[in-house]
Amino acid sequence: MSETLTIAGKSYCSRLLVGTGKYRDFTETQRAVEASGAEIITVAIRRVNIGQDASQPSLLDVLPASRYTILPNTAGCFNAKEAVRTLRLARELLDGHALVKLEVLADESTLFPNMPETLAAAKELVADGFQVMVYCSDDPIQAQALEDVGCVAVMPLASLIGSGMGILNPWNLQIILDRVKVPVLVDAGIGTASDATIAMELGCDGVLMNTAIAKARDPVLMASAMKKAVEAGREAFLAGRMPRKVYQASASSPREGRIGT
Amino acid sequence: MLNVSVNGKKQQFPKGACVADLINELSLEGKRFAVERNGEIVPKSSMASVPLADGDSVEVVIAVGGG
Repeated sequence: MSETLTIAGKSYCSRLLVGTGKYRDFTETQRAVEASGAEIITVAIRRVNIGQDASQPSLLDVLPASRYTILPNTAGCFNAKEAVRTLRLARELLDGHALVKLEVLADESTLFPNMPETLAAAKELVADGFQVMVYCSDDPIQAQALEDVGCVAVMPLASLIGSGMGILNPWNLQIILDRVKVPVLVDAGIGTASDATIAMELGCDGVLMNTAIAKARDPVLMASAMKKAVEAGREAFLAGRMPRKVYQASASSPREGRIGT
Repeated sequence: MLNVSVNGKKQQFPKGACVADLINELSLEGKRFAVERNGEIVPKSSMASVPLADGDSVEVVIAVGGG
């Protein structure tokens, strides 16, 4: 397929974005990312360990910015101020890179987004020249508000971060897809390949996941499955599914020419 | 000596030290990192010219695995 995903004016062949957390080691991270075919990968920004061994590789040695579009996130931030501060550091770290993932959390146990703080941070970041991809609730009104303040992609949750519960409210996602013009990516909640396919069949522009791959028994194999699942869902969406006929069967084989008739 | 908080830990630097001196002690050669001093980003290009002051709070961050 030649059709691509365009975010903030840049085109990507892969519609699968992956996180880099929760892997056993950098080798596994690298192999899973490779198998996923993802071109955009998320990273977190954290304090360096004082006294660390400089000979040890860091994440960006293994997954270099020359090969991948690095999407720094604000995971762990609970207000707009922390999130903006984190992304300004990320921009410096990545030599002026503007594309970022904003997530402002409300609650430690559900990791539900704090939408008022998310919106406030989005406004400030857009004004400061960032290209903001934003994690949000699956509320169409909030998603539209984020588009209105200039976010380059909105990324509603399918279910709670790291829950693997799949797409719990496809109808809300559908309303968001109908109303929002910028790319809509499902971020959070994917559990297995069919969940990713369903998201893409709904018409989502992409899927972002981390735990579904990292916590599979075989992360590299699951990464490969997710790549195919996203591609299959996208093709099915473009192909246009047959209409559902709830009360009417329709034989695939001809009625004429049956023996004994 | 200057008392400086680096990533929340108290450290001491000689008078006249700059941000670059602090970074040199962290074994970050060739790595991607970013520095904030008292809430303000210190661009890599000016680390050698920004002096440390007693009571400074410095954050040094890198990219790690995350979703």
